[in-house]
Amino acid sequence: MTPADWVTIWLSLKVALTATVVSLPFGILVALVLARGRFPGHGALNILVHLPLVLPPVVTGYLLLLAFGAQGPIGRVLEPLGLGIAFRWTGAALAAAVMAFPLMVRAIRLAIEAVPEGLPEAAKTLGASPLRVVLTVILPLALPGILAGAILALAKALGEFGATITFVSNIPGQTQTIPTAIYAALQIPGQEPAAARLILVSIAISAAALIASEWLATRARRRR
Amino acid sequence: MSALVSLRHRLGAVELSIEAEMPPGITVLFGPSGAGKTSILRAIAGLLHPEDGRITAGGETWLDTGAGIDLPAHRRRVGYVFQEPRLFPHLTVARNIAYGGQPDAALIELLGLGPLLSRRPGSLSGGEAQRVALARALSRDPSILLMDEPLSALDLGLKRDILPFFERLRDEAGRPILYVSHDIDEVARLADRVILIEDGRAGPSRTVAEALTGDPGSALGRAIAGGLLVATVAAHDPEDNLTEARIGDQRLWLPGRIGEPGDRLRLRLDARDVTLALDRPQGISALNILPATVTAIDPGPGAGALVRLDHQGQGLTARLTRRSVTALGLEPGRRVFAILKTMAATPERVAGG
Repeated sequence: MTPADWVTIWLSLKVALTATVVSLPFGILVALVLARGRFPGHGALNILVHLPLVLPPVVTGYLLLLAFGAQGPIGRVLEPLGLGIAFRWTGAALAAAVMAFPLMVRAIRLAIEAVPEGLPEAAKTLGASPLRVVLTVILPLALPGILAGAILALAKALGEFGATITFVSNIPGQTQTIPTAIYAALQIPGQEPAAARLILVSIAISAAALIASEWLATRARRRR
Repeated sequence: MSALVSLRHRLGAVELSIEAEMPPGITVLFGPSGAGKTSILRAIAGLLHPEDGRITAGGETWLDTGAGIDLPAHRRRVGYVFQEPRLFPHLTVARNIAYGGQPDAALIELLGLGPLLSRRPGSLSGGEAQRVALARALSRDPSILLMDEPLSALDLGLKRDILPFFERLRDEAGRPILYVSHDIDEVARLADRVILIEDGRAGPSRTVAEALTGDPGSALGRAIAGGLLVATVAAHDPEDNLTEARIGDQRLWLPGRIGEPGDRLRLRLDARDVTLALDRPQGISALNILPATVTAIDPGPGAGALVRLDHQGQGLTARLTRRSVTALGLEPGRRVFAILKTMAATPERVAGG
């Protein structure tokens, strides 16, 4: 490992962790709304959330650039305040969060839907307000699924490539994550050993995430 | 304090309707599966919103569609014991019980839950779980207790363990209990009052003795006709393994050893098991022969007729063929002898010990 590798790995972890932690509350909220809410626009929200899963990542990245770039409607407001995110690590985190969001919501939603309807009903008859039902019954029972969703999102965020490179480019030390670094190394003859090191790190992190996710899923099943 | 329930609601092909006052004690809602019993409980709890109706309990109006009042479920003080226990699997027994309110130490004691408090629901037996569910519902100090066939998932032994708790609840609590059942023996044992329900339509609320005498107006009423005799245990005959019970000075012999001398018994009869004779029969194997007076004769839709009888102020019903009714010349006021073939006895504690 070279110092540059460590910078890349550290930046990747920072981007992926930020993306996961910041989007988790929104993911839980959207999953709750999709799983238990009945309102006009339910279908539209569902499609919007899942769109990044099916769009070419380069399209998602380009749309982010349009919105958050210096000329974009949001970027124009943020840039003068020094809060611009295009071509910064925070932008990489946003791209990763958007791309990982559908996976996160899906896992959490399934866990919420797996809570037997009889339990929230029983809680209501015991005087629990809708908020208390969510906080004391639904979310605790869905917890393994929420953690699994977060881990899945973290793994996806660590591997995100297309939207990231389109939105924030590939600046070493600024926006270069493990996948974009691997890609850059593979473009230069003789850099295969550098790519190989990062590829091994990548495999190790992904395998660990899958194992953790499986373990949580098994625990969730045992709890029922 | 009584609860008042008046509802109308369309549920698929079934038109649900009920209009009843429920005084403190157990009112059993009795009817076949799919008759709408559970839907009525759900409407009272606020889990189902009827098109039209009024519900008051504990002096509060929970629903008045005319006035636009419809309290959400969590603001109605109900205790709901579901068919399955529905305990929260992630909470200990103690925290399950305390979820809706501060549990009463005496209640935990009464239901024998002390040793279970630190356990998780997953490790409880069916009977234990249903007792925890009952304690949880009662900890809310409900204005009305709703019980949806709480014993249906339990085997006979467990039922026998839990029934005495229900009887105590009925006699001590002073709150209305609406108890759904399709088991006539549960009705005979627990009910103070009975509401029959068929195809969504609930009939009037009547005392259990009236209901079991049989309501000629409905098929279900005819089907459960028989009678509920209240007798007192007098003695046991260990040699023949019989229990002697008395209604006034009338003696009854019941199979097996039931209760203790002084215990009040509820004896459920099936109208098919009651035979009538004009003179006291001699040389007959039946042990129980009651003098009675015919009060009414309800000809049925088929070959049968229900003959209503009075024995010392208690009602019972015999199912005879119409031919027999004519042959015996039965008519109201006629004195007869009722020969009882079998009898289901359900021992019951006498109030106050």
